[in-house]
Amino acid sequence: MKQVPYRNRISKILGTSVLAFLLFSTFLHAQDDAAAQETGTATAETAEASGGDVAKGKSLFNQNCAACHSLNRKMTGPALANVESRLAADEGLDREWLYTWIKNSPGMIKAGDAYAVKIYAEYNQAAMTAFPTLSNTDIDDILAYTAAPPPVPVAATATAATDAAGGGGVSGISNEIILGALALVFMLLVMMLILVNRTLRRIAEANGVLLEKDKAEKGLPIWKAFAKNQFLVLVTAIFLLLASGYFAYGWMMQLGIDQGYAPIQPIHYSHKIHAGDNQIECKYCHSSARVSKHSGIPSLNVCMNCHKSIYEYTGNAEGPSPEDLANGYTNEFYTGEIKKLYQAVGWDEENQKYTGDTQPVEWVRIHNLPDFAYFNHSQHVTVAGIECQTCHGPVEEMEIMYQYAPLTMGWCVNCHRETNVDVAGNEYYAKIHEELSKKYGVDQLTAAQMGGLECGKCHY
Amino acid sequence: MASNKKYWKSEAELNPNDSIVETLRQNEFVEEIPVDEFLGNKDTLSATSTNRRDFLKYVGFSTAAASLAACEGPVKKSIPYVVQPERIVPGVANYYATTIANGFDFASILVKTREGRPIKIENNTDAKVGGSANARVQASVLSLYDSTRLQGPLLNGEAVEWDALDNAVQGRLNLLKGSGKQIALLTQTYASPSTSRLIAEFKEAYGNVNHVTYDAISEDAALNAFEAKYNERALADYHLEKAEVIVSFSADFLADWQGGGYDKGYAKGRVPHEGKMSRHIQFESNMSLTGANADKRVPLTPTQQKIALAKLYGKLNNSNVSGDLPENVEMALESAAAEIRKAGNKAVVLTGLDDENAQTAVLAINELLGSLAMDVEAPRYTRAGDTKAVNQLIADMKAGRVGALIMDGVNPAYTLPNAADFAEGIGKVDLSVAFTFNTNETSELAQFAAASSHYLESWGDAQIKKGHYSLTQPTIKELVDTRQFQSALLKWMGNDKTYYDYIQETWNTFVLNGADWNQALHDGVFSAAVAEESEVLAQTADADDAGEGTEATIAPIASAINSLANASSGGMELVLYSKVGMGDGQQASNPWLQEFPDPITRVSWDNYVTVSKADAATLNLVNENVANGGLDGSYVKLTVNGVSVDKVPVIIQPGQAPGTVGLSFGYGKKVGMKQEMQTGVNAFALYQNFSNIQSVSLEQSSGMHEFACVQLHKTLMGRGDIIKETTLEIFNTKDAHDWNKVPEVSLNHQEVPATSVDLWDSFDRSIGHHFNMSIDLNACTGCGACVIACHAENNVPVVGKEEVRRSRDMHWLRIDRYYSSEDTFESDNAKKDAFDGLSGDKGSLGGFGQLEDPALNPQVAFQPVMCQHCNHAPCETVCPVAATSHGRQGQNQMAYNRCVGTRYCANNCPYKVRRFNWFLYSDNDEFDYNMNNNLGKMVINPDVNVRSRGVMEKCSMCIQKTQKTILDAKREGRTIKDGEFQTACSSACGTGAIVFGDVNDHESEVAHLKENDRMYHLLESVGTRPNVFYHVKVRNTDEA
Repeated sequence: MKQVPYRNRISKILGTSVLAFLLFSTFLHAQDDAAAQETGTATAETAEASGGDVAKGKSLFNQNCAACHSLNRKMTGPALANVESRLAADEGLDREWLYTWIKNSPGMIKAGDAYAVKIYAEYNQAAMTAFPTLSNTDIDDILAYTAAPPPVPVAATATAATDAAGGGGVSGISNEIILGALALVFMLLVMMLILVNRTLRRIAEANGVLLEKDKAEKGLPIWKAFAKNQFLVLVTAIFLLLASGYFAYGWMMQLGIDQGYAPIQPIHYSHKIHAGDNQIECKYCHSSARVSKHSGIPSLNVCMNCHKSIYEYTGNAEGPSPEDLANGYTNEFYTGEIKKLYQAVGWDEENQKYTGDTQPVEWVRIHNLPDFAYFNHSQHVTVAGIECQTCHGPVEEMEIMYQYAPLTMGWCVNCHRETNVDVAGNEYYAKIHEELSKKYGVDQLTAAQMGGLECGKCHY
Repeated sequence: MASNKKYWKSEAELNPNDSIVETLRQNEFVEEIPVDEFLGNKDTLSATSTNRRDFLKYVGFSTAAASLAACEGPVKKSIPYVVQPERIVPGVANYYATTIANGFDFASILVKTREGRPIKIENNTDAKVGGSANARVQASVLSLYDSTRLQGPLLNGEAVEWDALDNAVQGRLNLLKGSGKQIALLTQTYASPSTSRLIAEFKEAYGNVNHVTYDAISEDAALNAFEAKYNERALADYHLEKAEVIVSFSADFLADWQGGGYDKGYAKGRVPHEGKMSRHIQFESNMSLTGANADKRVPLTPTQQKIALAKLYGKLNNSNVSGDLPENVEMALESAAAEIRKAGNKAVVLTGLDDENAQTAVLAINELLGSLAMDVEAPRYTRAGDTKAVNQLIADMKAGRVGALIMDGVNPAYTLPNAADFAEGIGKVDLSVAFTFNTNETSELAQFAAASSHYLESWGDAQIKKGHYSLTQPTIKELVDTRQFQSALLKWMGNDKTYYDYIQETWNTFVLNGADWNQALHDGVFSAAVAEESEVLAQTADADDAGEGTEATIAPIASAINSLANASSGGMELVLYSKVGMGDGQQASNPWLQEFPDPITRVSWDNYVTVSKADAATLNLVNENVANGGLDGSYVKLTVNGVSVDKVPVIIQPGQAPGTVGLSFGYGKKVGMKQEMQTGVNAFALYQNFSNIQSVSLEQSSGMHEFACVQLHKTLMGRGDIIKETTLEIFNTKDAHDWNKVPEVSLNHQEVPATSVDLWDSFDRSIGHHFNMSIDLNACTGCGACVIACHAENNVPVVGKEEVRRSRDMHWLRIDRYYSSEDTFESDNAKKDAFDGLSGDKGSLGGFGQLEDPALNPQVAFQPVMCQHCNHAPCETVCPVAATSHGRQGQNQMAYNRCVGTRYCANNCPYKVRRFNWFLYSDNDEFDYNMNNNLGKMVINPDVNVRSRGVMEKCSMCIQKTQKTILDAKREGRTIKDGEFQTACSSACGTGAIVFGDVNDHESEVAHLKENDRMYHLLESVGTRPNVFYHVKVRNTDEA
């Protein structure tokens, strides 16, 4: 038997590498789990160390105080971290003073308490809401919360981020590994087949066996045979023409249709965070959609309704996802975008007031309906009660807003053909619906039957 | 077999030895190709680094780059408010009540604003007085966005800051305080309680202040006559709805006579109601809008009118007044007098003669009749100009007795007949300030041109009629660095108050009498009980007390009648008038008004002298239509008292009294105007002694003038089914089939009513809304407010004089004017029906030729025509791309983006209402009107498409408005009330001639009007079943 070189060696190398790869990936898993456990312990420890009913205090704080106060930052009212000890040290005021103040601050100001008056004057004479419903225990809890060592946001985020990256990675990598391994196995099989084939061929050559292929006649090349068959040529030509016509038509029909258009905006505004994570109703910001043809881009003062208090992004409960991190959507990034808003609206964070120096935001318009097409949001939103998502897609999942629907006339018309008009409880429709449904012999009228396909309804 | 024939191009080729032939054979181009200059020069060619291959590369690259760049869609930016104003919702219009009081036009109006931009003027239906906007007021919103506006104050033509102007003025005023020189305020008529009070305070502060009110077109005679009789400088008001007989001597009360605004009351009396309508007799020289609407119109010269007026007084007073009048006039006068006597206190006599005696006579006649229509208790304050004071001021200026001249709302250097005197005088004034909107003749002469705010940017108030107050509020912040006169006055007086506070104070103290200021501001109008004497005017009016007792009035009237009866003239008389489109020329730079065709002559972009046919023949003046369809006219030179105006184009005007010619004010402005807007000649040069009647001589000038006239055919040619009319007598006594006949067509050789035959199957239109429009030819005065309203609402482009001349005007709504060829339309019809055969006495060949020619004093009819929205529309069937189609609500819809511009539809339209966009009229360097600059574009209605080149456009029946009404109702979940559906024209129509609504709402006004006997469709025989219908015009020919 002739020596077949390298055969064993190659399979050996491959086998070893597969084994090594699998081993290594298991090791990775082990490390991840360890890291996750560690973080969990650390969080638990922080909670215990603070003492008092911090948890209850936190929820009370968020319910009652957070609109105007932050722990570490001046807002409408002063920063409240360690407020009790600060007051005791600086002003010599005790917890009793705080009870009175919280329960009836206007009263104290009226009564002329020195520090009360001072703080009232310092904060633009905006009196703090009185909270007579809070019991002393509640206040104790809140104070315990404010006295707890402030969380180190950056560290926490970093840990959370690492945690999430590891956790999220497990499933992703394992899938890839399985697929990769399969691919490798497949390639190995192919290689083996080729090697076996070659070896056999060599053996055959060595044995002087004549192969079939060499015996075969030198026939006509296939393209010449094809060219000779005129019928086939004709059929192919027709097929090619039709196919190219089909594709050309398809290509031309998408001209000017910007479905999926997702331009980069001057401020990275995430609909996902606002409408998705925080469940803000679309029409809270796009209020003119209810009454006007335009949905309206909210003016910046609308943003400031919330962002006066929300000055930083602290992430959702689960922390940023790996995709977010991969895109650079860290908490700092979002906080930076909020600062852009402040700059545009001219909000001085330090002093909590407007400077009057504004820079209107030049958003890039995503949905560009041509001038000759008339569309009215209020007709669809208020009268028809259509969900915004019907045309705008899953906005609550869009990190970057994009054009969901094609916005072509065919798309409009199809919907008008298929959608029944919501006539319930609308006196306007009462008569026309009764008469028209009788005429068409239907229970429910579509928008098209109401006249929603007439040219002049949208083009004038 | 090959032919041996030799073809030759020139004889020379036959000679084989000809050198020329050889040379030419070698040269493809006989001329030297200039390329050789470059390519032939070896040095330049070698010096260049670009070789042929490089060149091709560049060409290739740039082509590819250009096409690639073109592939990318444009990025559109959306910029929201930083802080959104509470009341503004993008996409939703806001309306504000305000008042225009520019010295010529006074009206209470609503302003439609979109995103803070005023875009349209609407009538304020809450206003009892002056609540309807005429064409000029409708167009005034465009003047706000005039690109030639003064951007800020100027000192001798150089831009300065307001501070500099304030300092200069204050310094000078303080110097003049107590000095002998006067401080003169030369202003328009304000009729404003607050401004009167402010000027009174200004007088008090500086002592030697002389306030002169100046109206460009003076009503001095009427004011003087009224003042002499009633001790108040004002104008009598007339309630024409209470009049059964209206006799007018040259009073163009449907246009601008004494401030205008009489059309509403007039139209009320003109619609036959329970068999009655008012009778209107007009004695006049020019064919005016009012004369065109009269039941009986008598053309005569101003001199004859004076005599006639005196004689009428005599007849009514049973006294004998002598004077020579032509027999027909004498007869007309006699029957008029008889009718007046019959109507008693329900008759009224009006006059527009610029003659104090005539005005006195009219007041006396109405007093004599006890006319219910005349209201002297609560007169109008729309004119207050005092020509004597103006002349005195100019004399003072020339004598150097004026230290400071402050002007507002006037342009004396353009409007004064003696502008040269004024120019001389202003040079001798130490300080001259002209508050002006644009640079104009006066601001060029004045040291300071103070940029004044538009009324839509200003605060103000007005008392149009005694006891009827209205407020002006800004609807937009000042677009440029301007200030209103009153604010400046406050500032110069050292008063820190804003003019807003000042008005509020005035109103709370003198006007409101405890009523709510905010409510008054919201309504725009406030009517005080008339009985209460308005203190503010009593306190501040400039009028001196005349102090004449009642016994004394007898003497003036006698002398007045005497001098009227003895009126005489030498030669041709010129009657100056104002056009409804241009008025006194304040808005001459407004392209909508320039393109607005005059209701009578249908000429746009011009003024002209109107000459009677007889005089034209004598003077050898012609009007002719040239090959391209344009109207050309001769030029004349007009000379009044040594002052001449040359190159005045001539229009031969049917109905013009022989011996008179007419010329309109407001044109011929040059300074501060775009080239395109510098149209016509300045008639103010001939306005000597502020009298609109002048003795004139005419002389033909060389050349022919090219008019932009939108209607070249003048008569109806006896086609009585276009404008159906009848007389009150027939209307009252006969059946509707007799006077409102349905045209008949032949079906199977039998005459059947046209309405019974149809080429098409009808659709069921009984469900949902079905819009119809009703146009009452009795109520329509032809004023044209609807034309401008349509312009504003539908973004109709202005195309310019050249294009209008080529019949490419874009008006979606036109008002056709027809003259009768015989004395009446009725006899036209009779003449046409009597045609028998082609030639001969009654032949149609010559007969139609005669019918083309309007009569010397024709009957006139106006007919607004817009798209008739035919239910069986001929245009829809011929459109190859189905761009025009029919909606269920009755509208004939036009999808511009689908239109490819074949113009088949326009050819197939029997009403000729479709307009073709020959050019892109916006963003086009060839056109310089409002759509071609950023400021002018602000007036564009965002709800209506701006059409592009190559598409057909037409009236949409304001589908954007009907759709909005429907949507509002849907949103509020309610049914729609009658009157909610409006179009731009129907809401602009002050006389109620145009009514729009849903005929499927059987209670609606339009549904009732459709059932009316007078209802007919235009060209019913064509079978188009239009959704626009007309009401037969009824003329009151009942002679007493």
